[in-house]
Amino acid sequence: MSAVDAPDHESWFHRNQQRIAPWLFLAPGLLFFMVYVIIPVFQSFNLSLYEWDGLGTAEYVGMRNYEDLYWEWVDRDAFFTSLKNNLIWLVLYLAAIPAGLFIALFLNQTVWGIRLYKSLFFFPFVISQVVVGLVFTWFYDPTFGLLNEFLGLFGLGPLNVLGDERFVTFGIIFAGLWPQTAYCMILYLTGLNAVDPEQIEAGRLDGAKGARMLWHIILPQLRPATFIAFVVTIIGALRSFDLISIMTQGGPFGSSRVLAYYMFEVALSEYGFRMGYGAAIAVILFLIMLCFIAYFLWSMYREERGH
Amino acid sequence: MHSMFKRTAAALAASVALAVPASAELTGELRIFLDTSNPAPRATMEAMIERFQAQHPDLAIETTVIDREAYKTQIRNFLTADTPDVATWYAANRMKPYVEAGLFEDVSDLWAEPEIAENLASTKGAMTIDGKQWGVPYTYYQWGVYYRKDIFDELGLTEPTTWEEELANCQKIVDSGRACYTIGTKFLWTAGGWFDYLNMRTNGFEFHNQLANGEISWEDDRVKQTFANWKQLIDMGAFIDNHQTYSWQEALPFMVKGDAAAYLMGNFAVAPLRDAGLTDDQLDFYQFVAINPDVALAEDAPTDTFHIPANAANKEAAREFLRFVVSADEQTEINNGANLGQLPVNAQSAVDDDKFLQQGFAMLSSNSPGGVAQFWDRDAPAEMAKASMEGFQEFMVKPDNLDRILAKLERARERIYDN
Repeated sequence: MSAVDAPDHESWFHRNQQRIAPWLFLAPGLLFFMVYVIIPVFQSFNLSLYEWDGLGTAEYVGMRNYEDLYWEWVDRDAFFTSLKNNLIWLVLYLAAIPAGLFIALFLNQTVWGIRLYKSLFFFPFVISQVVVGLVFTWFYDPTFGLLNEFLGLFGLGPLNVLGDERFVTFGIIFAGLWPQTAYCMILYLTGLNAVDPEQIEAGRLDGAKGARMLWHIILPQLRPATFIAFVVTIIGALRSFDLISIMTQGGPFGSSRVLAYYMFEVALSEYGFRMGYGAAIAVILFLIMLCFIAYFLWSMYREERGH
Repeated sequence: MHSMFKRTAAALAASVALAVPASAELTGELRIFLDTSNPAPRATMEAMIERFQAQHPDLAIETTVIDREAYKTQIRNFLTADTPDVATWYAANRMKPYVEAGLFEDVSDLWAEPEIAENLASTKGAMTIDGKQWGVPYTYYQWGVYYRKDIFDELGLTEPTTWEEELANCQKIVDSGRACYTIGTKFLWTAGGWFDYLNMRTNGFEFHNQLANGEISWEDDRVKQTFANWKQLIDMGAFIDNHQTYSWQEALPFMVKGDAAAYLMGNFAVAPLRDAGLTDDQLDFYQFVAINPDVALAEDAPTDTFHIPANAANKEAAREFLRFVVSADEQTEINNGANLGQLPVNAQSAVDDDKFLQQGFAMLSSNSPGGVAQFWDRDAPAEMAKASMEGFQEFMVKPDNLDRILAKLERARERIYDN
């Protein structure tokens, strides 16, 4: 009764509760996002204009770091190799999407024990990338590895995948595809659960089956799953680091580097500590990622408006 | 009665205090950071610190052991904030960034004391930057060729001393279906060892130092001569295949199984080789052969060190600890076969009976007139070391790329030393 009687005495907070509440809930997230993501991004931009070993005083060098990167590009040096490998990663890593889709389609049936098969297929995503890297390193081992035993059966080989600058990147990507395919598979499996049976029924009546059914009826309904699979795969390809670190350390003679690993090598590894130069590489990597992120955000925005 | 007892007790306490040397009055906290994370060195260090504690009961010693690899990056943080009083590190150029940044304490005063000045003279150079000393060594070890004596006997070979003998030996080993040398260059530094020896034997210690300091072009003909010598070995198939895929540990089985006859390595390779079942009858050691008879023999002998951070709180106790570490008895104890199994830095210490340590000690003290280098990645600046060792690895796999590799290193040199 009294609350109705005295609306003027209501506190400012009570009056604006509706507007403030969301910001209050967002505040912790925003704060951490600012401190750990947004501010460091600008710090990196700033740092890339300096030469700093992490100990002494930083010296302002303007665009020198970027100039050096440019010359590395011209000389076909480490930066060129890293960019080239990043591109290979981007393209080949996408193979995880169709591979995941087909495994999902294959597993999307009701037979006895299917849950077990599903979890077995999902298993590589659960284990650490470090373990994946080690397993594949042993698999590729030129002297004792299974791969060469296998090739030997056909009179081929021996092949030193991780020791040959022509094959090494492909060898690592192949190792990376194993868990990534499992990830895409699980995305598609959930997507397939949501497929509308009535539409399939209708498609059947119109005589669609096999590939036509997949292409015209199933895939359009899986668009959200495809979108997410695409996003995580692209991001995964650009931040490929752990496998390279475990399997080759960027070798042999630096031929399996990617930008993320090169950045680490220059700035933070045993022989590194060129912080400014590392930051410059990070900025380049950020700009590349920004292209994709902008595209993703834009297409999500379009999607939302469409509804 | 009561007060008399008190007085006697006080007098007794005073006389005890007098009997103990003045240094025992160290108090406060002494924080020690170690990178000796492997089990054996860790136990050795902890036992040594316990003995120091027993001498200074009033000192609260706190020891932190950090993983050896992680230590290399963490040292940058803990030297500036939350600083310990004593920290381990490496000699020569490896300590230069910290010396230049003013993070290591100048301990020239310790080196002026006769006890240290007289007995540690051989390692003084490695601890000196700008004419001052920045820490003390606590152990070092020799590099050289560890070989399978039984294979040499089987093929009728003897330890070579000249490049011609070396090549002739190697040819016989290759003809018997083995590789002369095992090596794993995945982590690059092992190739740095080969470069150290080939370059020091071809062009001498002085030249090698100048190259590490960026004073000589990588496209110099003398450098090319070093690589030409290296290429002789590569072309005859002296090294195991696929070495770029292996770490130095992963290269050990080739020697254990007899697929390779020798290993150019530091003395730390002996323990795993013995663990793998090779007996001292099968395993032996020789000094890397002379190549150019006009240059004096010089050796690699990496030295591990103790330093006092400039921001340390208890420098008095830290100095006492450094004195304790390099004392003759402690040096004998921590470097013996049961502990580190390496060479003591104090000239008054006894070297363990182990045949490899004995040979290494004899080699370093009497047959290394040219000088003693630390190791390529400790003598050259970090960036140059990284770039060049990558080049060495590429050269070992693709010797025909030499000109391109040297051009790349020359560009790196111009950039790195220019700053």
